[in-house]
Amino acid sequence: MTTAPDPAPTEPKATPTRPGRRRRRTRVPTAALLVAPSVLFLAALFLWPIVVGVGQAVTGTDGPTLAHLRRMLDDPYFWQATRNTALLIVVLIPLQFAFALTMALLLRERPRLSSFYFYVWCVPLAISDLAAGLVWLSIFADRGYLNSVLAHLGLGDGYAWLSYDNDATMFLAVLLAELWRATSLVLVIVVAGLQNIPRDYDEAAAVFGATYWQRLRHVILPQLRPSLQVALILRTILGLQTFAVAQALTGRSFPLLVGETYQWYVTLQNERVSAAIALVILLMSLGTAVVYLRVLRDPAATGSGR
Amino acid sequence: MAEIVLRNLVKTYPGTRTPATDDISLEVRDGEFLVLVGPSGCGKTTLLRMIAGLEAPDSGSVQIGGRDVTDLPARLRGLSMVFQSYAIWPHMRVRQNIAFGLAMRKTPKAEIDRRVGEAAELLHLSEYLDRYPAQLSGGQRQRVAVARAIVTDADVLLMDEPLSNLDALLRMEFRTELKRIVGKLGTTTVYVTHDQAEALSLGDRVAVLRDGRVAQVGPPLEVYDSPADEFVGGFLGAPPMNFLPARVDRADGRSRLRIGDQSTAAPVALGDYPGDEVTVGVRAENVEVFDADGPDRLAARVEVVEPTGAAILLTVELAGRQLKVQAPPTFRIGPGSPVWLAVDPDRLRCYHPADSTAITVSG
Amino acid sequence: MSRLRAARRRTILIHVACVAVTLFMGLPIYLIALAALSSRESLNRFPLSLLPTDVSTETMRVFLDSTGVIGGFQNSVEVGLISLALSLALGVPAGYAVARYAFRGREPYQLFLLLTRALPIVVLSVPLARVFLATGLYDTTYAVALLHTALALPTTVLITSAIFVAVPVEHEEAAMVFGASAPRAFARVVLPQALPGIAAAAIFTFVTSWNEVLGAAVLTLNRRTLPAQVLSTLADSPLAFRFAGGFALVVPALVFIAFMRRYLLNMWGTTIR
Repeated sequence: MTTAPDPAPTEPKATPTRPGRRRRRTRVPTAALLVAPSVLFLAALFLWPIVVGVGQAVTGTDGPTLAHLRRMLDDPYFWQATRNTALLIVVLIPLQFAFALTMALLLRERPRLSSFYFYVWCVPLAISDLAAGLVWLSIFADRGYLNSVLAHLGLGDGYAWLSYDNDATMFLAVLLAELWRATSLVLVIVVAGLQNIPRDYDEAAAVFGATYWQRLRHVILPQLRPSLQVALILRTILGLQTFAVAQALTGRSFPLLVGETYQWYVTLQNERVSAAIALVILLMSLGTAVVYLRVLRDPAATGSGR
Repeated sequence: MAEIVLRNLVKTYPGTRTPATDDISLEVRDGEFLVLVGPSGCGKTTLLRMIAGLEAPDSGSVQIGGRDVTDLPARLRGLSMVFQSYAIWPHMRVRQNIAFGLAMRKTPKAEIDRRVGEAAELLHLSEYLDRYPAQLSGGQRQRVAVARAIVTDADVLLMDEPLSNLDALLRMEFRTELKRIVGKLGTTTVYVTHDQAEALSLGDRVAVLRDGRVAQVGPPLEVYDSPADEFVGGFLGAPPMNFLPARVDRADGRSRLRIGDQSTAAPVALGDYPGDEVTVGVRAENVEVFDADGPDRLAARVEVVEPTGAAILLTVELAGRQLKVQAPPTFRIGPGSPVWLAVDPDRLRCYHPADSTAITVSG
Repeated sequence: MSRLRAARRRTILIHVACVAVTLFMGLPIYLIALAALSSRESLNRFPLSLLPTDVSTETMRVFLDSTGVIGGFQNSVEVGLISLALSLALGVPAGYAVARYAFRGREPYQLFLLLTRALPIVVLSVPLARVFLATGLYDTTYAVALLHTALALPTTVLITSAIFVAVPVEHEEAAMVFGASAPRAFARVVLPQALPGIAAAAIFTFVTSWNEVLGAAVLTLNRRTLPAQVLSTLADSPLAFRFAGGFALVVPALVFIAFMRRYLLNMWGTTIR
């Protein structure tokens, strides 16, 4: 450019001296005010008991002690409970996910009466594990409905499904009751996840010639990943908390970890061992959540902001 | 009634680096209809929301009717607004929706009824007053939003893309109606749109925004005819202004514009720039198209022919560049044919290639 | 033709599968109802009848007359209502803040919610009992309600924030432009639209509280909730009592789910992130 003509007159240019930077009206105070009560409340009911619980577990009448932890570890019930809890989770969760996925895919086909089905399948959502145990007790009790049916059919008159002699059937009863009660939660999460998958994807895959199973494997399941992940973490941690089902069905014949906290606290009146077991469960839950989040991290989701 | 004065408004949203509005100053006269237009992300909605009090500026001030309202909440600014999504409350009947502003001001019941009735009449909503919004069509909801905005007799009326959710036909129709209603009320109005046709047809003045700054402000025809820079020329008008690189030549004591290996008469303003490279801007309708050569005509080749009903839009190739030109509907030509173009030098706008600002007759 | 037949077979298969699942899910409920509504005498017979041939309210009546059952019922309702009120009072404002404000600490806050949601707070009842003993709250419905509020609060925040997100900000802004103050805009415009969802959150809290047993059993001695009462007397009570107790705990579940059918996916599905 050899010459510098004036630019066309636009708005009057900003004067270099700006009015002093105004105090920015931020919304932080309002938001903090709204959030603070819940934070304080949760901290009080969460962090405080943890501190107290650790104190309970590692101190005795005269200073710090490992006696309670030792007593916990020396108790055969503790190891049995740990084994049962682990076994229940390992066997139950794959079954539950397969079952819930099947149910969700059935509903996706929109059969007639599907809203009725959905209602019935969701009822256990609001049923506690104690109630579920009692419901299945009516079936598995020695003089319960299962044996009655068998008797009606002339297939023997009574098998002690829940007796401590019959480890396998006892486990089976607890497993069935839990499958019945807790699959609804997975179902609801999966159904919600399926609803968020646009049907276009599925239809596009169908147009390009994918069979149902190919679509399921390559289109639907990958899209469901976040939902399944959430359900998995939630179910595992809730699985760790199961106890009243077993209590209702078998008493202490099939001990579970949380049941042991209850036993030590209520029946054996030893809050220190009870607190120790509670902390073990807490640590296990935390560990599970961390492991899941690491292992299941979606490679496509990392690095994307919010 | 009130005028609006905006001074040095700067707003940067948290988490972003570039400001949404970068030191904008504007004045809207009492009773004026000002349109803020620009591509998405240019800061027009932010500016409107700062006038409304829904967004606080980082610095700068907003005055309405001579009163500094920068720190006042929206409800105390004495304005009303039509939202892009209408923001008609679904749990209230049409009547309650329209009356909301009056009810908040504790207007007597009889007065509310009267004014709601009038507003409803004006917008042909009388028979829908007892319906819920869910029972209305999109166009009717739009009318409710407008009725709600005008019923309060506010000093300032703000509209945020009020027509963008309507289909093309309704949009045209309601645009006319809106102009009629607002013209009758005479309220100071600030109207945001990304639709340049809307901006040109509605505004007393148009402010074109780009990247948080005002690129040009003026009456619609002035902004359309003499865009202050290439951006404004390219944004306003359909088809957008054509831009061609050219060089200023001097022959026989008169300046000529050399485009490729052809030349045409240059506007007077270019007399001071012999030998310079310039960018020439010309609107499609300002190019005359001929099927034969003549004096001062530029040869070009037709690439695409698009009849639009009222005219024929031709895409032609000139000196390696594509140009949109307009021919009368009777003009018969096919792709590949040669055409000759003539331009009135006074209709040409020239820009500095370096910063694409307009070259004007300087004193 | 064969294509049509295959499609037909598929439909039939789907129906059969649906019916089978429904039987699995529904039959136990039928059986517990059957057991609870049989007379004591018929429950002692073996094999049990699978059809409601001998309907009687005797078992339920005996259950309701047992010590602690009516009281437990009252305590359960009381705990549920207190938890509900508390978790709404604490959770709704927080949910609103999460939905509307981009405040610093929002992400950590949400993470904190997820953490408290994911960890088994119930097992903290044991140390909590000591805390409550020290503060004089032990063996009160408030103690249990506080624990249940902590259980339900994260979910309440998540549900309500999802609901507030669904109410467009422009609705609120419009109210403010037309002369409403922020609290008034919330009350007049946001709250009415969010009410059904807030009700869903409330019911979620109530169900959580109604079902929780460990904490309720640990934190009380005399003021037991119904599940805690049933659990603590489980070992020494006859089968008929247990069946009746099971049924009494299941019935509210049927009602809750029936009421909340529309919100199930919202409550347990989408917002659990």
